[in-house]
Amino acid sequence: METMSILILAIPLFMFLLLGLTGMKMSHKLAGTLGCLGMGTTLVLAYTVAFSYFFGGCPEFINAAGERLQSILWNVTWLQFTDKLVIRLGFLLDPISAMMLVVITTISFMVHLYSMGYMRDHHGVFEKGFQRFYAFLSLFSFSMLGLVVATNIFQMYIFWELVGASSFLLIGFYYTKPSAVLASKKAFIVTRFADLGFLIGILVLSYYTGTFNFTELTSAPVEGLANVFQVSETTAEGVKSIFANSAAPLFMGASVMTWALVLIFMGGMGKSAMMPLHIWLPDAMEGPTPVSALIHAATMVVAGVYLVARLFPLYLMEIRSLEIVTVVGAVTALYAAIVACTQVDIKRVLAFSTISQIAFMMVSLGVARPEFHHGIGYMAGMFHLFTHAMFKALLFLCAGALIHAIGSNDYTAMHGLRKYMPITHITFLIGCLAIAGIIPFAGFFSKDEILTACFGNSMLWYVWMSAVAGLTAFYMFRLYYLIFWWKEHKIPEGHHAPHDQPWTMTLPLVILAAISCVAGFVPFGNLVTWNGHPMFDHVSFFTNLVHLDWTVAAVSLAVAIIAIVIATVMYRKENPLPAKFKNAMPALWTWAYHRFYFDELYMFITKNIIFDKICKPIAWFDRHIIDGTMDMFAKVTQRLSISIRGLQSGNVQTYVWIYLVGALLMASIVWLCLL
Amino acid sequence: MDKLSVICYIIPSMIMFCCGVYGFITRKNMIAMLISLELMLNAVDINFVVFNRFLFPGQLEGMMFTLFAIAIAAAETALAIAIIVNVFRAVKNVDIRDLNKMKL
Repeated sequence: METMSILILAIPLFMFLLLGLTGMKMSHKLAGTLGCLGMGTTLVLAYTVAFSYFFGGCPEFINAAGERLQSILWNVTWLQFTDKLVIRLGFLLDPISAMMLVVITTISFMVHLYSMGYMRDHHGVFEKGFQRFYAFLSLFSFSMLGLVVATNIFQMYIFWELVGASSFLLIGFYYTKPSAVLASKKAFIVTRFADLGFLIGILVLSYYTGTFNFTELTSAPVEGLANVFQVSETTAEGVKSIFANSAAPLFMGASVMTWALVLIFMGGMGKSAMMPLHIWLPDAMEGPTPVSALIHAATMVVAGVYLVARLFPLYLMEIRSLEIVTVVGAVTALYAAIVACTQVDIKRVLAFSTISQIAFMMVSLGVARPEFHHGIGYMAGMFHLFTHAMFKALLFLCAGALIHAIGSNDYTAMHGLRKYMPITHITFLIGCLAIAGIIPFAGFFSKDEILTACFGNSMLWYVWMSAVAGLTAFYMFRLYYLIFWWKEHKIPEGHHAPHDQPWTMTLPLVILAAISCVAGFVPFGNLVTWNGHPMFDHVSFFTNLVHLDWTVAAVSLAVAIIAIVIATVMYRKENPLPAKFKNAMPALWTWAYHRFYFDELYMFITKNIIFDKICKPIAWFDRHIIDGTMDMFAKVTQRLSISIRGLQSGNVQTYVWIYLVGALLMASIVWLCLL
Repeated sequence: MDKLSVICYIIPSMIMFCCGVYGFITRKNMIAMLISLELMLNAVDINFVVFNRFLFPGQLEGMMFTLFAIAIAAAETALAIAIIVNVFRAVKNVDIRDLNKMKL
């Protein structure tokens, strides 16, 4: 078990070094095959570890009462500053990290395989930098796996930055394209800015609690549930008293704990593209499409959700911080869903859809309370993370296949492709049904759990999120119809008809579509809960169906179906309805089309206010006052030395002459004085 | 002996010294500069002897100093001439204005 867990991290890192250092000497095919093999091995290992965690029945992982435990497989001291300030690197296995191992390795392997087909042109010639691409993919997989298995918040932060860096490298993969370079810079700067909050949050939190370790941080807080994750009684009591003390100091009206948690959440907002730090994600679509599927849909962007889930017991202590999570999530979900209804670029629609779905998960965590259905919101958020990773990766990979076949990102160049690309059509439809929440596809179950959790929290969020769910169904089917129906496909002069892609690209689609069909039946309530306590007594294939809250389910299903019907009426065949709607609400449409001018707002703030009003005067002060003072010293010294330089002529006769004159002068002065 | 006062010795010595200074400053030939230097030295030597003779008759410190200075001056001259000869060999010139290669 321990060896396997080390290998899970070591293999991708080794593949990164191997492909990065010697990739240029390999043939493209060898590099790609090696990358796939490495990831395939990691996949098998991760599955083994996750399986033995969930179903092995080992007393380290599950206790007699059937509660799942946190288990640290290994933990190495990396840096020791003082007794308390120790930075460790380790491997933490608990329900969510085991689940994330499965998600990451699955999607990553699919993307590795898919890229073998995607990263070449129509004649089968591999793209330039193909080996580098695989090296970066391996680096990303390593960082993401390291992030989810982090035993302490500092390790998480290190890998958090590493995924940011590999995301930067992959967005800017086409580094000769200016838009890709700008997008990668934007992504890096925005997430870095958010990570500043994360770092401050970590420092505040660890300063007051005296520990970085997740097990200690999350074991104690809530009364009566002290010993859930089996930390020794003394440790739990110690942490509890620390929390009692640290809740006391107030800063600007909120306790230090709340501040720390909100700042940490800010890091999560940056990575998970929550408003107002979402602006980097739509631009990140400049990267190759498999990268968008892996990083910007399935894995890295859910790191923020994972972070909140990881520290969930702490958030529960400070309900106010959870409310902030809810509000941010809900606003983002609605905003992104509205914007997604108007975009033309299919990858951008999917990007905004991703933002909206991640916001769903955030809301789900935000409304989760232990008193309601054993904290169903937490389970639902994680469940949605799992199912969303599958069907969103599927949708992105379908989009990649379409883009690869058509050579454009706009649906205006597509239309009516259903006859030409049947496999892509069916799998895309399955993805759309899954995200829209149609029974029995994966999204239905997870979204239904989320809505149940919202319902249990407050009516407002329930109605709000149901509306967003309706919008989701609408914009996904709008996209579906505009790509595959609308009107007959017009093949441009000199092009042959678009067709399905080679098996390396369609196989991942089929696998992910199959997963999207059945993932909803995974009895998540027994696998992943906030305190490890299983939600159901008996588990069968239909557990999720049996335990559905049918009122909520019927409403959400009705909303989804109505939205799909509207989308069908509007977009199935070419008709003037969409244009009419557009003209009926021109202001809303324009604002949504321009993403509510967030990018322009950021441009205004950074350029007109920060650069022009703040940075320029500072630059002027630096250049003229600070540099000027130093220049003045230099200039005075220089002038002085130039003026007396003539004395040092090196000519002995001049020296004698000067000496003589000086001596005579002094003699005459002495003489005059004596007189 | 008594007819000549001390001033009769000082004035020629002073004229010698001034000539030496003048020559040292104005001459450009290194040999001429060396000669001017010797002139100054000899003027000083004369002063030594004269003051010893007039102020401390019967004592020989001044005389000894003079002899000493003459010996050192001889050695110095030998050294200087050797340097000048070598410089001449190197650059075919003994003009002080042209010997500025080390300065650059």
